[in-house]
Amino acid sequence: MKEKKPEEKVRGRGLRIVSRIYLAVVLILLYAPVAVMIKYSFNKSRANVTWQSFTTKWYVKLFSDGELWHVFLTTLLVSVIATLLGTVIGTMGAVGMRKARFPGSKLITNSIYFPIVIPEIVLAVALLLLFNLQGISLGLPTIIIGNTTLVLPYVYITVKARLVGMDPSIEEASLDLGADRLYTFLHITMPAIWPGVMAGAFMSFSLVLDELIMTSFLADAATVTLPIKVFSMLKKGINPEINALTTIILLAAFLMVVVYLAADEMRNRRLKKMDAEQVRLNETD
Amino acid sequence: MPEKTKTDNLEKSTKRRRHKREQSVRATISNVIMCGPITVWSVLFILVPVGFLVFMSFMTKGPLGRIVYKFTLDNYKEMTKPVYFSVVSESLVIAFWTTLITVLMGYPMGVAMAKMKKKTSGLVTIALMLPLWVSGLVILYSFVIMLNTSGTINSFLLRIGLLSKPLQLLYNRFAVIIGMVYMFLPFAVLPMYSSIEKLDPALIEASKDLGAKPVTTFFRVQLPLTSPGIFAAVILTFIPCIGYYMVSDMLGGGQSMLVGNLIFRQFTISRNWPFGAALSVVLAVIILVMVKIYTKLGGSLDDLAA
Repeated sequence: MKEKKPEEKVRGRGLRIVSRIYLAVVLILLYAPVAVMIKYSFNKSRANVTWQSFTTKWYVKLFSDGELWHVFLTTLLVSVIATLLGTVIGTMGAVGMRKARFPGSKLITNSIYFPIVIPEIVLAVALLLLFNLQGISLGLPTIIIGNTTLVLPYVYITVKARLVGMDPSIEEASLDLGADRLYTFLHITMPAIWPGVMAGAFMSFSLVLDELIMTSFLADAATVTLPIKVFSMLKKGINPEINALTTIILLAAFLMVVVYLAADEMRNRRLKKMDAEQVRLNETD
Repeated sequence: MPEKTKTDNLEKSTKRRRHKREQSVRATISNVIMCGPITVWSVLFILVPVGFLVFMSFMTKGPLGRIVYKFTLDNYKEMTKPVYFSVVSESLVIAFWTTLITVLMGYPMGVAMAKMKKKTSGLVTIALMLPLWVSGLVILYSFVIMLNTSGTINSFLLRIGLLSKPLQLLYNRFAVIIGMVYMFLPFAVLPMYSSIEKLDPALIEASKDLGAKPVTTFFRVQLPLTSPGIFAAVILTFIPCIGYYMVSDMLGGGQSMLVGNLIFRQFTISRNWPFGAALSVVLAVIILVMVKIYTKLGGSLDDLAA
């Protein structure tokens, strides 16, 4: 490789520093509303717009508020079931549709992208019409169906991306060596696409957790999720209790990320150590 | 013993044929199991509902929000009225500015992330997405706190003497665009980052070695090569922007009615389902045309979930 001229090197470094400062500034701007949200969870005033004085009463109240916990659990239930359904169906579909050709298969593979491509509200309206004209009453099952449909393409695409990078001869080798299809799928295909499956599931879960449009069209009055609750409060102003709950969820998400990263780091270190051990053993041989 | 070998061969070939047939039956069964669920789901919950939507858009509105099953084109004719035309143009203006600001803000972020170690850029990605995982709506409400006339920003500007009376920052187009950019920026950065990251540095190097100025290199080499990421970001911002009625409800204060709000209204206050369906169909068709252009220009739908 050619040596870079010194002034070019300086310019490259300068660009890197400037771009990092810019990124930091944008991140700070993105977190400003988050900081305000957390700050106002400690606001004494119930009208959540002006700052009065510090209190922790909303956190105390939150833990005794049965209704809000019920709302939270409903949201969690919908998110978990829709994510599971979407991930299983999307993963199997991505693996299956790769080679399958049947009449209409092109239409199906195209329609899978629909929920990502058309605005959410269009699909929500379409599903509402389906349930309404078929006389199916709205409730938890319809919300779950709607949200599963919404996340299906995300899982499908992330898994498909992993499959593209996979050598098909590995699966063929497994079949030729006498393994059946189920065994091949579970022990050969799955490990290869696993990061894609997890990424898709992760994306799905976070989407459903904060999903309002689909849910508000397909919910009955008795089924309330957190985004619906928040949205219905807007006219009067959001209750600081919601801020308190959101702060707790944010903290939990943050801790989950930290734990995940720490576990990843430890695994990497262990692998590196094993490698070093191996090298040393080879050298003594 | 030629006779024996012959029968042996025959036996072997029938065995092989049977084995092959068995294999192909097994393959079919496994294909049905793998493709069945997604096929059934797509037909039942995507294709059939869209069919119902198109059907409904041609029906007549009866009294008290009832639906009369009689074919009409009135719902589509209704849309040509100036009132609705202004809703559509307002939506497009807001979506345009949101997309432009998001891409202009996001691209340099992608550049910065591409220059980082894989691990650091992963951390930045998590930092970008974390607030939205929780609840975009609650966080969006912070803008009401920050932007109102006695809010954080106004009181700060008043205190340092930059203003003599508070600015009206909330309940206008400006506030809606800020809120929209906030909601979509993190999603738009990721595809741009991944296309910048895939860019071969040797090409930039070559352009510089051949005497091109940095500006020329950027516009003639880097930008065209990373355009798939930019297209994906545009699609990921523009499409949800049009249907996303919450931001304009919360920060626009009824000042800016968008297509999403209009559709939502047909199914709640106005109770005019056929018209709501017709609006949805038109919205979907406009978007599908845009997506078609996107794929014609070489974009892939798979880039949309980076």
